[in-house]
Amino acid sequence: MASNVVTPPLRARTSNRLWRVFANHLATVAAVGATIVVMAPLIAIFFYLIYKGASSLNLAFFTQIPKPVGEVGGGMANAIVGSGVLLAIASLMGVPIGIAGGIYIAEFGRNKRLANMVRFTADVLNGVPSIVMGIAVFTLIVLPQKGFSALSGGVALGIMMIPTITRTTEEMLLMVPLNVREAALGLGVPNWRSVLSITLRTASPGVITGCMLAFARVAGETAPLLFTAFGNQFWSVSLNQPIAALPLQIFVYAISPYDEWHRLAWAGALVLIVLIVLSVALVRYVANRGVLKGAS
Amino acid sequence: MGVEIEVSDLNAWYGTNHTLQNISLRIPANHATALIGPSGCGKSTFVRCLNRMHETNPIGRVTGTVRVGPVDIYAQASPVEIRRRIGMVFQRPNPFPTMSIYDNVASGLRLNGFRNRKILDEVVERSLQQAALWDEVKNDLKKKSGASLSGGQQQRLCIARALAVDPEVMLMDEPASALDPVSTAKIEDLIFQLKSQYTIVIVTHNMQQAARVAENTGFFLNGKLVEFDATHKIFTNPTDKRTEDYITGRFG
Repeated sequence: MASNVVTPPLRARTSNRLWRVFANHLATVAAVGATIVVMAPLIAIFFYLIYKGASSLNLAFFTQIPKPVGEVGGGMANAIVGSGVLLAIASLMGVPIGIAGGIYIAEFGRNKRLANMVRFTADVLNGVPSIVMGIAVFTLIVLPQKGFSALSGGVALGIMMIPTITRTTEEMLLMVPLNVREAALGLGVPNWRSVLSITLRTASPGVITGCMLAFARVAGETAPLLFTAFGNQFWSVSLNQPIAALPLQIFVYAISPYDEWHRLAWAGALVLIVLIVLSVALVRYVANRGVLKGAS
Repeated sequence: MGVEIEVSDLNAWYGTNHTLQNISLRIPANHATALIGPSGCGKSTFVRCLNRMHETNPIGRVTGTVRVGPVDIYAQASPVEIRRRIGMVFQRPNPFPTMSIYDNVASGLRLNGFRNRKILDEVVERSLQQAALWDEVKNDLKKKSGASLSGGQQQRLCIARALAVDPEVMLMDEPASALDPVSTAKIEDLIFQLKSQYTIVIVTHNMQQAARVAENTGFFLNGKLVEFDATHKIFTNPTDKRTEDYITGRFG
């Protein structure tokens, strides 16, 4: 046996081994436990919503507009469509601006003051309470237009999407390795083209995740809509009229004194969460369809 | 066809670090030229100056003239134009990970706005054949990502990608240093074949490799070109004592 191999005393080795096995199990249990703690609230909420809301779900819920107080039945068709309209406006505004901002910070503004300011602003904007966002848009759009509108609601949600998307885009772009960028530049590709077609494309799974996070977050926002989209008991998809939205409708029903409305509010919450999950899953499915074998 | 490269009084800096000092040499057309020297001697920086990649580093700076064929690349051309005429293969294989094999090879043309599908098909096939990769990938061209290939295949894919834009010069910065001996041999065979059509500059740590593939060899040390001569002369009868010390393994 090679004399320079150091052999620890037998007892030390055994107790070390026991300790290692124990520590290994301990770490596994801790990780699994943490996973359960993370998932428990979501699952609890989901099942509670099903328990409370599922019984009120029927075809009318998806096809009718709210009935006046006292009448039984009615649905949230206008609110479902309204939420769709608001989120479409918000995404059309928030996704391009957010991604463009992230590209600027990560690719063009490195170590520039403006980029640091944009990054700082995005972080602060992320922390602005959503009700403040509603009041700000109220002052900027609703007052000059002299009326609540779908457009103002969409803008309020869109602004809220921007910081999340900007920061995730930045981080995802910075994770693209330098050698991939150099490959593009070495081919004689102009820098802007390389950023859009290579770097952004390589980072796209992460960027899409960021957009989905922002989308899911604003989809459930109520406060910024109170002063902007306002809500509507009737059909409207007009951009310059008040528009219904699921979170608003849930809010109105939930604080009402009527049991029937409470049940509808639960059903609305269930529909909202299911729609968010479905749209995120749909985007993920579409985004993953083009991914090739072995792509990283 | 390849063109001659003439470098005179080239100096390069990273920040305040004077990485290349007064380099002058002439790299003949349609030959392979090897650059050897210990790590940090400036040989990678040197090749990165030949296609103006050095200046993509925010703290990189260059003075002097580099003529590629008739063009003074620092005075008479934009970096983008120059890099289209001078292909580059890097130390680590760097295929575009989200693109298929086909798209990787076609990327140089496509990203510069070229769209004709029939010609793209031809170019992709020709380039992959030149890079001796065609037979291994022809059935998965559009199904597999470039990143799914083995390391050696990825490097040949990168060579095909560089060849597809039809450059006059190929710069190779330690193209085989991350590969196993079998893949390395394939890359060397490739260089041997390519040098009839392209001017090849290859940076290598492997002196046998330099001896095998290159007609001329330059020895760099501490940012200076110590000696530049025919490869057999460098390896059998070097003029400079430092070259001899390096190739006989007395340092570095």
